[in-house]
Amino acid sequence: MSAKTSSASASHGEHAPEPSGAQTLAQKILSRASGLSHVVPGQIVDGAVDLAMCHEQGAQAVLPFHQMEAKKVWDVDRVVVAIDHWVPASTEGAAQLHQILRHFAQEQGLKHFYDVGNHGICHQILAEHGWVVPGDLAVGTDSHTNMLGAMGAFAVGIGPTEYAAVLALGKIWLKVPTTIQVDVKGTLGKGVYAKDLVLRTIKEVRCDGARYKAVEFAGPTISRLTMSERFTVCNMTTEMGAKAGMVPPDERTFEFLRSIAKHPMHPLYPDKDATYERKVEIDVDGMEPQVACPASPDNVRPISELVREHVKVGQVFLGSCTNARMDDLREAARIFKGEKVAPHVRFIVSPASTSIYKQCLKEGLIELFTDGGAVFTNSSCSACFGGNMGILAPDEACASTSNRNFPGRMGAKEARIYLMSPAAVALTAIRGEISDPREVL
Amino acid sequence: MREVIEGRVWCVDDELDTDQLIAGKYLTIIDPAELRKHVLENVDPRFSKEAQAGDILIAGENMGCGSSREHAPAALKAIPLGAVVANSFARIFFRNSINLGMPAIEAAGVRAIFHPGDTCRILMREGRVVNVTTGKEVSFPPLPAHLLDLLEQGGLVEKVRKELKRTEARP
Repeated sequence: MSAKTSSASASHGEHAPEPSGAQTLAQKILSRASGLSHVVPGQIVDGAVDLAMCHEQGAQAVLPFHQMEAKKVWDVDRVVVAIDHWVPASTEGAAQLHQILRHFAQEQGLKHFYDVGNHGICHQILAEHGWVVPGDLAVGTDSHTNMLGAMGAFAVGIGPTEYAAVLALGKIWLKVPTTIQVDVKGTLGKGVYAKDLVLRTIKEVRCDGARYKAVEFAGPTISRLTMSERFTVCNMTTEMGAKAGMVPPDERTFEFLRSIAKHPMHPLYPDKDATYERKVEIDVDGMEPQVACPASPDNVRPISELVREHVKVGQVFLGSCTNARMDDLREAARIFKGEKVAPHVRFIVSPASTSIYKQCLKEGLIELFTDGGAVFTNSSCSACFGGNMGILAPDEACASTSNRNFPGRMGAKEARIYLMSPAAVALTAIRGEISDPREVL
Repeated sequence: MREVIEGRVWCVDDELDTDQLIAGKYLTIIDPAELRKHVLENVDPRFSKEAQAGDILIAGENMGCGSSREHAPAALKAIPLGAVVANSFARIFFRNSINLGMPAIEAAGVRAIFHPGDTCRILMREGRVVNVTTGKEVSFPPLPAHLLDLLEQGGLVEKVRKELKRTEARP
């Protein structure tokens, strides 16, 4: 960013953008969304929303929507409802949330409702149906909405009252964030995955290191990641406190969206000389698998240390928006094939969407997992959030591919949760203690 | 919004995440009065029983990190707390609080100058948080006009309602 500001632009007020200021991807997208040529960090803008998504939390938006005396949703083709936390409803409370959403969808003519039978984890639904495209400003009533930043979009989590305001107005106020660039180089070794890369990054940035900030990934390692891997990486920028996490779009992004994009793409890229608040360099050459230990996602240690400590687990969870796509399930299956779950261990496998469930059925993965003593559930958030199934008792430990391990996240506050890759949990399920997948690959 | 907010203090520590504020098993509850019965139950079981209208919650770093659940600030607002003051906030919790019309004040170093039971006085426009019991105080950058306006109007529902009315009134 140049240090000089012309007097003409200064007249626009304290947040006047610099006329030739280079912009990060976050700035570019928020400029577009707010109809401005430039925006600068700290500036508050009203952004036009390209896509608004809710899961069950959207039910809490219905009352405020009516209290706002809003009559119609601003654009029914930009609203997606995807229930995922309790599918099918497992409590009377959940049934009521679903009912409120169904009634609201009917009242407002919301056509894009992914209901029971056609369901999946909300972020995965947005991804696999092409609802978010490069350059979009997307909002969702879930903190892991960041995942869609892998499309080269600015995707941000909001609460239900805010969601109601978006439904009413089609816009949202946002403070333009500064950006942390995470530059990743090196080659992920055998048994080391995108999950390990992002856990390693969280260790560096810490849980609050990206609060109010955007995280923009760059570097040759990121370019080589598949879209599924980019989803995993952007998903967990939430665990750095980030407002949004993103990968600039490239041929992989366009190829992924070519036949499924619901709206025209309008790709944007960071300027070469954009100003980053901080640059974090991660070199994954020689990096071993990583584990986030209790009770914070930034308490990350190399897996070899845990292997030496013989950390026993009672439950293993392969699921969540972070790591339950086909590549995750196939990689876990490669290790689990022909094996059995260790005695006294429960292995829960929950695919990220119904279409992934069907693909697992076709490829024989459901049989492979269940033959080995795992339980293969329908698609949902499942055990990740401690409110539906796979709940932990006190003094239990769980190896999980999900994204958060705060006290009480999966049930009892005393339960210990270890976050790791799908391959690592598969071997852990077989051995009953935290295990390094490189030993068998 | 009151210019001066004063109340009895409760304290929580760094990285108090939304799972600890309100556990996942309560997320199907919509009624804020019902939610308040379970707020912080794993952290301080006395809080939900003994917290009273106007009390102030003082928190450490990254208050409210984790999920987007509005249940967390909604449960605190149901008490209703006078304000939440923290060394720093996670962004969705901060936004949700303001949107619900509950003052959320970010004041670096505030946690260290309070003990449970102290009296806290917040001067919103001056940007000062005072421990009335000990006389210690910290300053904070007052909220931007945009957010003060949101609080003044009682939260986002009221603000949007007025905005929609204005839009309709246009020829």
